[in-house]
Parts: sequence; C-alpha cells; structure tokens
Amino acid sequence: MIANTLFAYIVVAMVLFSIGLLGVISRKNIFVIYMSIELMLNAINLIFVSLSRYHDDMGGQVMAMMVIAIAAAEAGVFLSLIIVLYRRKKSLDSDIFRTLSQKEAI
Amino acid sequence: MSALLAGIVLAPLLSSVLIGLLYMVSITKIPLAKTWFTLPALFAPLLSFVFGVIAFIEVYQTGTALHFEPYLWLGVGEYKIYMGFLGDKLSLFMVIFITFVGWLIHLYATAYMSEDEGYGKFFFYFNLFLSSMLLLVLADGPLIMFIGWEGVGLCSYLLISFYFQDNSNVVAGNKAFIVNRVGDLGFLVGLAILFFYCGNVGFSYENIAHQVASMPASLLQIVGIALFIGAMGKSAQIPLYVWLPDAMAGPTPVSALIHAATMVTAGVYMVARFSFLYELIPNVGLFIAYIGAFSALFAAVIATKQSDIKKILAYSTMSQLGYMFIAVGLGAYSSALFHVFTHAFFKALLFMGAGAVIIALHHEQNIFKMGKMRHVTPVVYITMLMATLAISGIPPFAGFFSKDEILLVAFASGEYVIWGIAVCSAVLTAYYMFRLFFVVFEGKNALHVNPPHDVSWVMKAPLVVLAFGSLFAGFIGLPSLLGGSHLIGSWLGEWGMRGLHVSHETEWLLLGLNVAISLIGIGIAYKKFYAYDLSRHKEAKGIVYNKFYIDEIYDVLFVRSIRKLSEFIAVGLDVNIVDRVIMGMSHGFIKLGHVVALVQNANVRFYALIMMLGVSVASCYLIWMVE
Repeated sequence: MIANTLFAYIVVAMVLFSIGLLGVISRKNIFVIYMSIELMLNAINLIFVSLSRYHDDMGGQVMAMMVIAIAAAEAGVFLSLIIVLYRRKKSLDSDIFRTLSQKEAI
Repeated sequence: MSALLAGIVLAPLLSSVLIGLLYMVSITKIPLAKTWFTLPALFAPLLSFVFGVIAFIEVYQTGTALHFEPYLWLGVGEYKIYMGFLGDKLSLFMVIFITFVGWLIHLYATAYMSEDEGYGKFFFYFNLFLSSMLLLVLADGPLIMFIGWEGVGLCSYLLISFYFQDNSNVVAGNKAFIVNRVGDLGFLVGLAILFFYCGNVGFSYENIAHQVASMPASLLQIVGIALFIGAMGKSAQIPLYVWLPDAMAGPTPVSALIHAATMVTAGVYMVARFSFLYELIPNVGLFIAYIGAFSALFAAVIATKQSDIKKILAYSTMSQLGYMFIAVGLGAYSSALFHVFTHAFFKALLFMGAGAVIIALHHEQNIFKMGKMRHVTPVVYITMLMATLAISGIPPFAGFFSKDEILLVAFASGEYVIWGIAVCSAVLTAYYMFRLFFVVFEGKNALHVNPPHDVSWVMKAPLVVLAFGSLFAGFIGLPSLLGGSHLIGSWLGEWGMRGLHVSHETEWLLLGLNVAISLIGIGIAYKKFYAYDLSRHKEAKGIVYNKFYIDEIYDVLFVRSIRKLSEFIAVGLDVNIVDRVIMGMSHGFIKLGHVVALVQNANVRFYALIMMLGVSVASCYLIWMVE
C-alpha cells in the first residue's frame, strides 16, 4: 500500500501548508508570520521528498535540499529585516507598518 | 509664341515678389529710396501690356487662339490638371485694357501714394493684384481661373484694409472678404457639380463646352445659378453688393483699379466665359438680367442722396455692372464686354479725378465741403467733365455707345420690364453724376478748411490719357447704324448676340430716346445743383440717404443671428453639454480610482487572505470545472 502511504504524506503536507497559510492570515506578530512561512516551505519540501521516493527519482530530493539552503539564507535576511523594522517602530505588530497604503499616500 | 501668355502673368508676379522683398529690406535693414519700388512697379504692367499686344496681333493675324501649358500642376492617377493659359479673342481683349488702364493707374498711384509710409507695400499688393487678375483672365480652365479669382479677392482685402491703423477700414476689408466668400461658396458648388460631370477628361473650358450638353438640364440650371452667385459676390450685385461701398476705405487708386475697372468686372467676364453653358439655360440668363436691372436701379437710387464722393462712384460702379449683367443675361456677351471696356476708361478716370480732388483738398471726401474746384484744378475739371458725360451716355463719349447697345439689346429681346428699369437708371445716372460734378466743381460759397492746391502732373497725365480713352473708346464699337463696323462686336463674334433684328427706325428712335433721357437727368441736376450754395446745405435724411437700411437689415438678419448661433454653440453646447460630459466622465474615473485604491491598505494579512481566496477559487475551478 505504498500509494496509501504517499497519500498520508501529502495529507500531512497539506495540513502543514494550511496551518502555515492560516498563520500568515490570522497572526499579527511578524515572527509568527515568518514561522508560518517557514512551515509552508517545509510542507512543500515534504511533498517534494515523498514524490521523489514514490517515483524513485532523486531530483525531488535535490530540490528539497536547495529549498532548505535558500530558506537558511532567507532566514538571515528576514531576521535582519525584522530587527530593522523593530528599530523603526519599537513594535512587531504587522498592522503598524502601512506606509504603502492608499490612505497613507493621500 | 504662346509662352508670352505666361509672361503676361509672370511679369507683375515677379515684380511684386521683388518689391515685397525690397520692402522687407527697407523696413528692417536700410531704408530704400522710392525709385526702387517705382521702377519695377511701373515696368511690369508695361511689359505685360507689350506682351499682350504682341499676342493680340498674333491672334489677329492667325485667327486661332493661343494655348500654353507649361507644366503639370496636379496629377492624381489618370486625372491631370495642367497649368494652362488660353489666349483667345476674349481673354486678350480683356488683357489689353486691363494692362493699359492698370498701367495708367499704377502711374497715378506713384504720385497719389508718394507721401505714404507703406509705398513699397502698396505696390507689392498692386502688382500682385494685376498678376492675379491676368491669371483669372488668361486661365484655360475654371480651376486655374479660381486661383486668380481668389488672388484678386485677397489683394482687394489687403488693399481695402491698407490704412489698417483705422479700425473701420479693417472692418470694411473683412466685410469685403467675407461677403466675397459667400459668393465663392456658390462658385465652388457650381465648379464641383461641373467637375463631377465634365471633369473626367480634363477640366478646361474646351472640354467642359463639349460635355456640358450631355448634362441634365435641371442640374445645368443649378450650376448656372451657383456660378452666378460667385459673380454676384465679385461684381457687387444684389444681394451681395454691400461690400463695395465700404471698400472705398482703401486708397483711391485701389478703388479705381480694383473696385471699378478690373476686379468687379470679373463676374461679367466669368459669365461670358461660360457663355456655352448659359446659352443652354436662357431662363437663368433672364434671372441674371433681372438681378442686373434691379441692381442698376437700386444703386442709382442710393447714389442720388450720398455725399461721399467715392461712395457715389461706388454705387455708380454697381449700377453700371448691373447694365453689364443685363447684357450677359440676355446673351449679348459682346455688348457687355464692350461696356466693360468703355466703363474701365471712364470709371477709372472718375475715380482718379475724384482722388485728385481729394488730394487737392487734403483728404476731404464730402462733396458738400468741396465746391469751386474748377479754378483750382482745371485739368481735373475738364477730364472729369468728359468722364461724367461718358457715364451719362452723351454722344460721342464712350459710355453712350456701349450703354445704347445694351438698352437696344434689352428692347430687342422683348424684355420691356428690364428695358424700362434700365432707362430709369440711365436718367438717375445722368442726374447723380452731374449732381456730383456741379457740386464739386461749381458749388459756391465753399468753406475749405485748408486752401486747396493743384495736383502734380504725374497724377494729371493719366487723367488726360483716360479722357481721350473716354472720348474715343466708344468709336471702336461704333454700330453699323452710325456708319461704323462695330469692331468689338466682330472681334468677339463668338460671344455676340444671335438673331436680333430691329428696324433702323426703331434703333434711331431708341438712340434719340437715350440721349433725351440723359439730357433730362442732366437738366434736373443742373436746375438743382448748378452753383449750389454749399453754405446752406443741410445733411440729407431719409430712407434713401440711409441706403434703404440694407446694412442694418443684414446686420440683424445674418450677422447677429449667426453670432447668436455661435454663442449658443460655444456656451450652450460646448461648455454646458460637451465639456460637462467629458469632464464629468474624467472626474468620475478619478473618484472611482480612489475607491478602488482603498483595497490597497498595506495590510499583508489581508493580501494573503485575498490570495488564498483566489487560489481556492482557481483550484475549485481546476478540480470541478475542467473535468
């Protein structure tokens, strides 16, 4: 029942992805939003890896490795951005940062 | 040989360009002496005259018309219009007297304008006018003629507004131009219809004459009337005459050359040119004759009460043009052109004599402020007397023969109403011309503000030459009744009246009657105005003095109503409706943009939500619908 195992993996990945997406939509804290994004990335990684095993093709795993590497670099950029944002407004509430809104522009 | 025709037109054109350039130099860089302008200005018309005479002799000897096509002016596919000149008997006849009288008036103008700052500019326009007029006359097709037609209109406008510092002169110039445009519209409509039917193999008179017979008769009548509307504008006939009296705002040589001798006769020439067309539609011809008759009478009546010397002459010009249109309308083109010819002499002379008097009196134009000019300017007195006798129709002066011929034509055609109107106008003509003459030259107790002085011989010499013309020009067309051979009639035989038979007794009777009515007119004028006491003169009043209020009526009917219409369009339609719709739409879009832009609220979570919804919808579509 290898197909069933694949299905279980994909369900887990979908659940993880949905949790991440809901986190981005519903949470205000920038750190939590960031963690949710990472969750979504890893959900995708999980799909890559399971499909790679299913098809017996290592390409998917290579791709997963690459995503992990890029996510690591991205983490550096993201954390430094969060620090800068915090220095600006002394807050991590994402609703405070609205310079690009139409109301602000008017 | 036929290239001479181009030379006739080019000589004044080139000299006008030259004078224009010299004038530019003289007002911007270094002032030039007047001789620089005088020499080319006088040389060019003389050259045209010489060319004209050579071409005339050529046509006389060979008997065939000259035709010259220097280059292709316009080529559209198969269709070609050549810049073509046609020197046939009619056009060369016109060229001869236009250049001759034109040259004399140029000579006169050198003296008349000598004090003026715009001396060079004046001759620039004047030569340009002569060139356009000659192009009009020598063109071999209506399109080329139209170039000249518009050219003379332009020069007329420029020269009426020559003293542009005075606003009323500019208004007069605009009036002349705009009224002429009304006529030109008719001319263009006529040409367009003709072009549609006859333009497929070339648009020269020759081709049109061949094809015109195949056109439907009703359409031909429309063409005839449309072309005549153009002639009405150019030749100042009812109802488009209003510009001519106002055109007297220009310098007097302009009035003599453009508004008496040449340009205003362009309408008569044009109708004679299209004689092949008008011969097919005699009822339109009759309409033209009636318009001419009414114009002749109407202008003569107005002229009897005017006090401005140039306006009297302007109305008399309109009246004489009416006579010409009587003749062309009845098909007697050669008689009309005979009158054009004699009229050019005596009317140019009258205007130039009037100009001399005006100059002698330091630019006074009211005849009731003149008086006793006989002693001041005896040469002008004698020459003016000859011209006045000529226009009144006293034998043996020129006007007698041509006017008698027109009256004879009207009588012989059986159009007794037209004949009667023309006879009445003849009485009035003699009356108002001698009224002017007696008041100006004999009126006593004149109150001259400044003492009058005699004028120079440069001004008087052309008067003398034209006086001889007024005396002898009529003998060229001496009718066979008086033992002559009617040279003009036989030269222009192609344009002559056909099938006209009256007995010699009737002719003698009419001739005697014409002299008698002229003498009656002179007699009344003599009784009322000889040695008129100017100190007791009262300004005239009444409907005739006010020119039947035609200007005011036109003002209310056309000028104001059109202005109201323009205002309605400018404010009512444009500002209130068109602008509101357009601006309202643009404001609406801007507002809508602001509303839509509120979605962009910089809330990342909100964006993500929208994105999720979008992805969900897309996914649902892919899952459920694609299957």
